[in-house]
Amino acid sequence: MAGMSLSFAALLERPGLWRGDSLSRAAAPALGTGFPGLDAELPGGGWPAGTLTEILPAHQGIGELRLLGAALAGLSRRGLRLAWIAPPHLPYAPALAAAGIDIAKLVIVRTASARETLWATEQAIASNACGAVLAWPRAPKYAELRRLQIAAEGGRASVFVFRSPEAAGESSPAPLRIALAASHGGLAVRLLKRRGAPLPRPIILPAMPPAARGKDHHVDRHPAAAAAA
Amino acid sequence: MWIAIRLPQLPLEIFLRGSSTPEPFAIEERHRVLACDRKALARGVRAGMAISAALALAPRLRSVPRDPAAETEALLGVAGWVAQFTPTVALEFPEGVLLEVAGSLKLFGGLASLVERLRRGLAEMGWSAAFAGAPTPRAAFWLVLDGREKFVGSLEKIEPALAALSVEVLRRDDETQAALETIGVRTLGELRMLPRNGLARRFGQRLLDDLDRALGRLPDPRNLFVPSARFRAGIELPAEVAQAEALLFAVRRLIVQLSGFLAARSGGVQRFVLGLKHRDRAATEIAIGLVAPSRDAEHFTLLVRERLSRLTLAEPVREIVLQAADILPLAGSNFGLLLEQGKPPGNWEHLVERLRARLGGEAVRGIASQAEHRPERAGVIADLDEKQLELDFGDRPFWLLEAPRPLAEIGAVPHHDGPLELLVGPERIESGWWDGGDIARDYFVARMCNEALVWIYRERRGEGGWYLHGVFA
Repeated sequence: MAGMSLSFAALLERPGLWRGDSLSRAAAPALGTGFPGLDAELPGGGWPAGTLTEILPAHQGIGELRLLGAALAGLSRRGLRLAWIAPPHLPYAPALAAAGIDIAKLVIVRTASARETLWATEQAIASNACGAVLAWPRAPKYAELRRLQIAAEGGRASVFVFRSPEAAGESSPAPLRIALAASHGGLAVRLLKRRGAPLPRPIILPAMPPAARGKDHHVDRHPAAAAAA
Repeated sequence: MWIAIRLPQLPLEIFLRGSSTPEPFAIEERHRVLACDRKALARGVRAGMAISAALALAPRLRSVPRDPAAETEALLGVAGWVAQFTPTVALEFPEGVLLEVAGSLKLFGGLASLVERLRRGLAEMGWSAAFAGAPTPRAAFWLVLDGREKFVGSLEKIEPALAALSVEVLRRDDETQAALETIGVRTLGELRMLPRNGLARRFGQRLLDDLDRALGRLPDPRNLFVPSARFRAGIELPAEVAQAEALLFAVRRLIVQLSGFLAARSGGVQRFVLGLKHRDRAATEIAIGLVAPSRDAEHFTLLVRERLSRLTLAEPVREIVLQAADILPLAGSNFGLLLEQGKPPGNWEHLVERLRARLGGEAVRGIASQAEHRPERAGVIADLDEKQLELDFGDRPFWLLEAPRPLAEIGAVPHHDGPLELLVGPERIESGWWDGGDIARDYFVARMCNEALVWIYRERRGEGGWYLHGVFA
């Protein structure tokens, strides 16, 4: 029977259990975010795999993709696929490549309806064939997200669901929820929910403005125009 | 080691495994009772009895003619199901299946445990079955034909084990059987006592050969059963069923068969179709789709139950058919050292196929960089796995708008939800004069009031003006 008994310490080793005052251990190894300040506050020390992460940017373009850049770059360099389901615009290959992402690993799925988006997201998650699944569902319901969460559990994909900031007030089955807002040129990352003690203050990440490049270049002037100039 | 399975009630059970009838039920062949159910037995009906005599005993007896085609189909179905235990399966028409299990015994926990699994599975599909085993297929089948559930472990023990069997297991014509009886030969043991050349002259060499095959003295090659590529199985219901939920019992029998069929092929299905056939109307078809391929009978049953519970039948059902066409590879589950090992990595190609099957081929694409200065051509939608170039562009946004969006200009300042603050630029891009798609633009990185960064340009031709072309995100 000795082998059967579980000590309290052994129980705490389980990923599903954590003490109220500390962070839970991740079931699957987490992916570094590239921001040590953020890693320190995320259970497992990075973006979790095998579970849903909600990202709620205050506005589109506030830095929601740069936040994931290091993780996506790492996954793609390990040969894992990155599925983008119903992105709002065309993911721009030159910028993604510049962020270190192997864009050959990227797949874009365009859908015609909210239902198709959820279906495709669930397929991509449940297939367990992707390193990350990024999805932009339109106003997903709790039950729909719960389906995605169940599909993600035990899988290897990190699943990021992008939602509107209004969703912060709704309850969600995602174990990790992150709101993003601008903060004096930096990015304020607020952990709305995590497995572990709540974090009242936001983490401020440095601003990442594109490097200054004021000079003219890329001019392939028409010979006639060049002659005229 | 061969295991012989015999389905002694096959002609009857193809009708009764889906539902019972309120009346006594019998199968007739040449105006005689071939088999009957318990209700008929209770009234004194017996196999071999003339139908007229049976009707005198049980006036409400329902008798249907024997259906050899359905029996063959059922036997093939059973073979497809047992193929999950061994690839070496042979048929012994009309009611036997033989399987070579020497290589499978260890995997399935020994002979007793394997036979138990076979018995339980066959019972779940609605078949009563008898089992016997021997080193040769013929000896195993003869044992089970004679009603002996016996397992003979070695070649030397076959002869004593067969000695007591009735000569009827030889399945010779009536004339041969009568001749054997006349000379006082009732068992295989007595037959073996007769001189061999006399036997061969009197009954033909084949009889001797059969005996030698059973004893392992002659090879006994078998045509092995080859499972079909698709699954189709049906049950005819002797009494029409009007309640959808009452069908679950019968459907479950087919689901167990499907699950075994899939296990034999190391496969799963993502979609199967349950057809409910009516007397007058077109069949009701219930298609059940799954997120990932599976062969889990319990899961399938739950899904079917859910669908049947919401279904109102327009007309009673006479027959159910379960079909599955696309068998997808599905690895068996390994028992890992740790429970938290997680799911095995999935198949990328299958995901793409599934997405394309539903959303269309163009809905699933990759992206690529091209050696182009024009921004809309530098990053494009491309085929999946397109070879990628290593190119260095300047500051580029993560999102590119499908078409540049004109921006308001108020007091020479471009506006997008408020005035835009130009941070970096201009980056002049003039290109494309050679193909007519030429552009001349000054690009800027600009900051919106809400601090989002956007990529905008000032048109340098024609009317000019400001345009939003990307979002940095």
